[in-house]
Order: sequence, then structure tokens, then C-alpha cells
Amino acid sequence: MRKLNPLFIGLSAVMLGIAPWIINAAPYESTMGLVQKVFYFHFPAAILFLVASLICGVASAMFLFGKKASADGWAIAAAELGLVFGSLTLVTGPLWARKAWGVWWVWDPRLTSSLLLFMIFSAYLLLRRYGGPGSDKLGAGMALFGMANVPFIYVSVNVWRTLHPQTSVVPTLPTDMGVPLWFCFAAFSMLFAALLNLRARLEHQRARVEALYLAEDEA
Amino acid sequence: MRTNGGGNPSGLPVCRILLLVTALSVAAPAMAASAMQPPPQSEFVPVDEVPVGEQIPAFTMVGTAYGFVWVVLLGYVWSIARRLQKVESELTDLESRRK
Repeated sequence: MRKLNPLFIGLSAVMLGIAPWIINAAPYESTMGLVQKVFYFHFPAAILFLVASLICGVASAMFLFGKKASADGWAIAAAELGLVFGSLTLVTGPLWARKAWGVWWVWDPRLTSSLLLFMIFSAYLLLRRYGGPGSDKLGAGMALFGMANVPFIYVSVNVWRTLHPQTSVVPTLPTDMGVPLWFCFAAFSMLFAALLNLRARLEHQRARVEALYLAEDEA
Repeated sequence: MRTNGGGNPSGLPVCRILLLVTALSVAAPAMAASAMQPPPQSEFVPVDEVPVGEQIPAFTMVGTAYGFVWVVLLGYVWSIARRLQKVESELTDLESRRK
């Protein structure tokens, strides 16, 4: 996997470089026009925001209940990626909404719960950075709450009345809109996988450095 | 003898005068403001497109969204590479010190 990181990053950079031309060739949406093209970056970022939360939650559960110390590194990596992809989602969404809905933000269930998840990730990372001893277990508990938020965010557009497009939009996309979407999604996913792997490696190397300093102190 | 409005048996009751003064003080600025307003619209005239000055530029929104995504992702890749390089050089340093 380590050897695949540069390949994934390079490939995703090339794909994201070509993406504007592919997106430009896609047809306009009938009611929203040009601004709907934000969707091709907004959707992959939003899905990977939720995936990061799931990975963080599962890794935290493995750390808490399975006593796997290395899982904690994966949880921190996923939380940081959640914050990055969450910020992409929460910035591109309002830019789209301002033109399509006439407002930057509405307090509907999808947007509010996404903001809540972003705040959980922010709190998690602040806790891990400044929480001191014991913050790893406390943070893991918090990550489980973050993960519990994911299904709620996903179904919120189908259950409650909202301005946000429903989940049925993606499976019913015509091919000429679907191709650019899945092209961008593949590019984002490869970048996400490589970044997650590198960020987890950073955390594991930090743990090794700390262990070496401790061993030095004891000697 | 029956008194009117708190011991003012002859003229207007005090509370009525106060009410009149209050009403005038509230209404006067509103009347002045309405004198400055343009005349009310008597009919709505339809047009095919939103006036140019009212339109939100979609291109700016799309460009800002894509630009933001690029900047954040490149910045994050750079940040991870820098942090990883720092930790790995520290690790190499510590391991060589132990030998």
C-alpha cells in the first residue's frame, strides 16, 4: 500500500486536472444551470466526509473495545481527513445554494447535521491535541457519537422536507452527467485513500518517536 | 362630585392629551418618511430575464468552489508531506543515537 501512495496522488492530481474539461462537457441542469456543476466536486467531498467518520468510528471502537493501539492512529488520521473533506463540503454547498436557493444557508436537517458532524471532528481533534492523558479514550467515545450521526445525515433528505436534493438524484443521473461525477469521485477516492494512509503512517511514526524518547529517559 | 381624569373637572382629561401628543410624535416621522418615498407601484411588468444587476454570477460561484477545493487539497498534501518528513528525520536521528 505504501508504494501505491505516490501513484494514487499522481493519478488523482492528473484526473482532477482534467476534470474541469469533462465537467464542462456535461449538460446543464434544467432549473439550476451552470451552478449545478459544483455538484461534481461537492458530492465526492460529502460522501468521503461521511466515509471518514465511519472509519474514525470503527477504528475508535477497535481501539476502545479491541485494545488495538494502532487503530488509534487510523482514527486520528480519519478524523483529520473528515475535517478536510467536511470543510470542502460545507464551503462548496453554500456557494451552490446561494445561486440555486437564493440563500447561503438554511437550518434544515441535512445541513445542520453535517455541520454538527464537522463540529464533532473539530472537537475530537482539539481534544486529542490539548486533552492530555486519557484524551485517547475520551476521543474514541466522541468518535462513536460522530459515527452514529452518519446514517441520520444520509437519510435526512428523504425523511424531512428540505431544499437539498434527495439521495435518488445520483442513481437516476443520465449517463452524460454520471460519467463526470464518477470520474471525479474516483479521483477524490484515490486521493482520500493515499492521504489516509500517509496520515496514519505519520501518527504511527510519532508513536515510535515517543516510545524511543521514553526508552531514552528510562536508560 | 364626579371628577374626570384625575381631578380635572373642566377641559380635556390629562390622559387624552398625553395620548394625542404620543400619537403625533409617533406619526410625524412616519408621515415625513412617506413623503420622501417613491409612489407606490400600480402594476407589475413581466420581463423574460432577471435584470443584469440582480443576477448572481454562477461562474464566480463555480470557480470559487473549484478553486477552494484545489487550494485545500494541495495545502493538505503539502502539510502531511512536511510533517511526515519532520517525524521521519527525528526517528532516524533517535535510532542512530541508540546504536
